[in-house]
Amino acid sequence: MKTTELTCIVCPMGCTLTVTRNEEGEILSVEGNTCPRGVPYAKNELLHPVRTLTTTVKTANGKLLPVKTDKPIPKESLFAAMEKVNRVVAPEGVKIGDVLLADLFGANLVATADLR
Amino acid sequence: MKKDLVIIGGGPAGLAAAVAAYDSGIRDILILERDTSLGGILQQCIHNGFGLHRFGEELTGPEYAARYEQQVQERGIESLCGTMVLSVSPDKTVTAMNKQMGIFTLEATAVVLAMGCRERPRGALNIPGTRPAGIFTAGTAQRFVNMEGYMPGKEVVILGSGDIGLIMARRMTLEGAKVKAVCELMPYSGGLNRNIVQCLRDFDIPLYLSHTVSRIHGKERVTGVSIAKVDERLQVIPETETYIPCDTLLLSCGLLPENELTKSAGIPLDGITGGATVNQNRETALEGVFACGNVLHVHDLVDFVSEEAALAGNAAAAYIKGNAPAKEIALAVKPAGKVRYTVPQRIDSAKEEVTLFFRVGSVADNALLTVKCGDKVLLTKKKRRMTPGEMESVRLSPALLSEANGDLTVCVE
Repeated sequence: MKTTELTCIVCPMGCTLTVTRNEEGEILSVEGNTCPRGVPYAKNELLHPVRTLTTTVKTANGKLLPVKTDKPIPKESLFAAMEKVNRVVAPEGVKIGDVLLADLFGANLVATADLR
Repeated sequence: MKKDLVIIGGGPAGLAAAVAAYDSGIRDILILERDTSLGGILQQCIHNGFGLHRFGEELTGPEYAARYEQQVQERGIESLCGTMVLSVSPDKTVTAMNKQMGIFTLEATAVVLAMGCRERPRGALNIPGTRPAGIFTAGTAQRFVNMEGYMPGKEVVILGSGDIGLIMARRMTLEGAKVKAVCELMPYSGGLNRNIVQCLRDFDIPLYLSHTVSRIHGKERVTGVSIAKVDERLQVIPETETYIPCDTLLLSCGLLPENELTKSAGIPLDGITGGATVNQNRETALEGVFACGNVLHVHDLVDFVSEEAALAGNAAAAYIKGNAPAKEIALAVKPAGKVRYTVPQRIDSAKEEVTLFFRVGSVADNALLTVKCGDKVLLTKKKRRMTPGEMESVRLSPALLSEANGDLTVCVE
């Protein structure tokens, strides 16, 4: 038996999670979460942590456009993803939610604002 | 020009107040915004974490702002951007100016103050050393990186572990800078736990608690900073001083409600929050003038700003229509023990439930919250941990309020 303490980052509540695993590393229990989302978070965090990437891309009109991955990507891919994102140039007329780059480590890169 | 409702500030508070007032039947509304577009500080907060309470999903700042902008547009609520408000007088005359209209005045029936807050600058921190380039508040750096497209520097030290500082530690790292340290004067972080994890630990950025920047070095540009441990009285311990070479220092040392206009209207402020003193509907001591969002007290989450702004917007609408609730009681709400302040600071109607917001001044483990009227305990509540970084709240029911026959004390021990 082995216990690990984690801070849940799913929402700003930041619950302290206590995860108990057996000798084989199998997760036996997750405690301390105030909502159901804490459990999959704890499992992911110990087995394969993921993060949503938020950054900006260049645009046709010279301004910056905020973007995000539409779902979390593997944590270790964040810098590799940044390199790809930094080569994207958003065309004119991009609207909030438009996909700017497909299949970025399993997610889509989408605009989080209209390009004005 | 006459206006039913003038809203000063087009950030999350101003937008939510406008929508709420409109939905309460007010049509003659004008939002005045200093920046070139609506949305306020959310526009530069490109990270996610907004909207979980309000919309039940995790949005980035621009997405959250867009939801409210859309609501404002759908309702045809009027706004003027690039417009600076110069003063608000005690008779609710708002003087403003912009490039197209020059200086103009608005005679408002009601005013909502939603000007937000500013960051504490270097000048207010008394850091010894030289005055080179390369020192920015975290929010200024955030605007440079996320909106203007400039990187403020390559090797960064951050003073203060408020959320903006933590978010910028990650942002600068992702954009290729090396963040060498985050120093926090207090023995605990001022930011959310999730940000310590996902902004610092994820990138192995060290957080030094009970540390401060004791000297800034460099002539033209920052060349480094000295950091040192502080004692219980927050004084630098000289022998612990170490030098960190860097070209940039970011300051995330607290936010100050921006109340120059509030003062010009002669509205009294709370010495702790830096915002106006208000009743449960966020009405200031000047009838018909309401305040909400970070201009009133600094919030942790924009969701709570929107909620508070809706309260103020609805109350402003009721005031304009002449059906504001009668002020049948006058209870002052006073902080005690570890509670630093409460909002609202007074309650003048017991008709509806009132949610009191407060912050503690230092960490309270196994905290016991009591709401008292004189010696009579009206309510107690336990919480495992309360920290200054997280705003707490307690609900007071009409039944509970009707039991109170004098000032209320909110205490955490």
